[in-house]
Amino acid sequence: MRIVPALCDRAIPLERRRWASGAVSLDAALAGGLAHGAVHEIYAAEVADAAAAAGFSAALMAGMTGQVRTSLWLRSRRAARQGGSLQASGWAELGGTPGRGLVGIVPDALTLLRAAVDALHCPTLGTVVAESWGRMPELDLTASRRLALAAEKSGTTLMLLRIEADPVPSAAETRWSVASAPSRALAANAPGIPTFDITLLRQRSGPSGMSWRLEWDRDQCIFRETALPGAVVPVSFGGPVADRAGGAMSQVA
Amino acid sequence: MVLFARIGNALRLTAIDALGARLGLVVGMTLADARACHPGLVAIEQDEAADRHWLKRMGQDCFRYTPRIVLVPPDGIGLDITGSAHLFGGERAMVDLAMDRFKALGMAVRGACGPTMEAARALARYADWPATSEPAAIRALPVNALDLGEETTRGFQRAGLKTVGAVAARPMATIAARFGMEAVAAIERLVGEERMPILTLKQQQPLHFERRFADPVTHQDTIAKVLLELMHEAALALEEIGHGGRRFRMELRRSDGATRTLDIATGAPTRDPALVLRLFDERIGALADPLDPGFGYDSILLAVPGTEPVVAAHSAFDAVPGGGEGAGQDVTELIDRLSVRLGPGAIRRLVPCDSHIPERAQLALPAIECAAPTPWPEPPPGEPALRPLLLFDPPQPVEVIAEVPDGPPHRFRWQCKLHEVRLYEGPERIAGEWWRRKGGEQTGKGGLTRDYYRVEDVRGRRFWIFRHGLYAERPDPRWYLHGLFA
Repeated sequence: MRIVPALCDRAIPLERRRWASGAVSLDAALAGGLAHGAVHEIYAAEVADAAAAAGFSAALMAGMTGQVRTSLWLRSRRAARQGGSLQASGWAELGGTPGRGLVGIVPDALTLLRAAVDALHCPTLGTVVAESWGRMPELDLTASRRLALAAEKSGTTLMLLRIEADPVPSAAETRWSVASAPSRALAANAPGIPTFDITLLRQRSGPSGMSWRLEWDRDQCIFRETALPGAVVPVSFGGPVADRAGGAMSQVA
Repeated sequence: MVLFARIGNALRLTAIDALGARLGLVVGMTLADARACHPGLVAIEQDEAADRHWLKRMGQDCFRYTPRIVLVPPDGIGLDITGSAHLFGGERAMVDLAMDRFKALGMAVRGACGPTMEAARALARYADWPATSEPAAIRALPVNALDLGEETTRGFQRAGLKTVGAVAARPMATIAARFGMEAVAAIERLVGEERMPILTLKQQQPLHFERRFADPVTHQDTIAKVLLELMHEAALALEEIGHGGRRFRMELRRSDGATRTLDIATGAPTRDPALVLRLFDERIGALADPLDPGFGYDSILLAVPGTEPVVAAHSAFDAVPGGGEGAGQDVTELIDRLSVRLGPGAIRRLVPCDSHIPERAQLALPAIECAAPTPWPEPPPGEPALRPLLLFDPPQPVEVIAEVPDGPPHRFRWQCKLHEVRLYEGPERIAGEWWRRKGGEQTGKGGLTRDYYRVEDVRGRRFWIFRHGLYAERPDPRWYLHGLFA
């Protein structure tokens, strides 16, 4: 009776499937997890956090795509030149399946967005990452709305990875700012597992402004919360520090 | 020049060109003897596969003379010219024409014409062209022309039967009693009394589909409609041979003589007209200078230059979206579409490459060429990432201060910014590729040994840094930043 799960699988997108990240307070803030079939914007807090933002995207991709689906990583030519080439071994070590992944290098932002829309029309694709460096005036409200609609229709998730860019109004479901965070040292002072400081800058229908420090557990493909010491939180995150120190759950209007 | 092959336990000559024959070389001589006589000999090993391939190409070229072609390996081509000789000015003119064509390619050919395939073959090999009288020429052929093996041939010669005519004049019963039925059959075939079944070369129709118009067309919808019709025709033809097209070409011929050619390629063989039309649409959209119909197109031609067999697949009734093998279909289409628009190398698949040098450990192959996903080894559980997500190639130079010369970096400057190292792990020593070095010991050619450190600075950024060269290898090794961890 394989038809039953098939029907269930098709029925779920109507009420929007969500991927539970594993970090309890994060999932609570997102009403159950990160939505499939939506556009999520991921901003690197600084240019030097490009690798952290890419790693965060790769981690989300690994978590949301699973082992059987194909994922597509689109990069602008500038991203490939300045950010370094994407390594399959490093990708695999973040839990991804680079063997099933595709990497696209496109010449400019407009081509990037067109390719992303095309990819979003493809329902069997798991996740699409579109990485761009610098300002992207082509990504206006209309363009992002188009992306969001395409994602919603097919159920494919798009992550717009923006480096060296300032947030602009868009139709994205969520907007994140990602910075790298000091990891918990392993034995003999070795660098630990990937750790990120993330801030939910905006959410379409829900609270925003909270920050978390997350560790990515590659083996189980989930995030783990680590204590976010109040002293380390940079002022640039904005909002009262007390909100984050206590559970990071209070609503920000 | 000679060709040689290993026969038994010796390298023997198998073919000799005219110059070699003049020097006294013969087929069957050992290569060592030939080299001893003529040290300047150019000897090439015989490549049977290449010979067969070339023979087939020649055979296909002969379709210009007749539709029935028989390949006689290793070096013969038979043409059944019944009913087509008059088109080329008679049998003799036709043989000359065909021979001139191959001679122009620089080949040594012998040709002849006979009542049967065997007779023509024997005449070509053992008689002079042109012969005055065919039956007389056949009867005058030496007995080797019967192709019955060395022993039988010698038997005929011992019995005083030197020519085919002499053998054929004998009562067949005695020939059969002495040399077996094969000898009789060979003689009867040669003089045209018995038929031999032949296997003709199959002619592959070029997949060309053309539509000519009474009036030039300019409207884009008409062109799209015509292309769709042509594609349906192509799909039928492809289905007949069980193939699907990998490459398609459209030629738009304008009434003023200009021709515009558009090519597309697909990742998997296809016969889906709508898909091909979409890809052509993409191709037209990606053109630097748009199509200009001018006064209109006189004709449109669709060619399928590249085909591959299609494995028929049935679609599952209860296919789960996103799961199973059937799901690859629209991903393949996406790859095709993007590759047509952005160029074949735009969408790539990362494939492992057998090298321990980090920048050579992966190949980015065009996804349109390698359709199947390639497995990457799974990292061991519980370990942090040991290889970076992003790699700089070439590595970026950094200024490093280390506590001890041989030790890990203490702080480093990359892109004018100072990074204080908080945590580190290493070194992971990756040696150069010594087998690329000259003389085994010289450094530099195969690359120096690199000592890699995984470091994390105080702000939590993780880097992959290496020292290029051991202190034993060079006095002042440089430091480089090779990659970034998440």
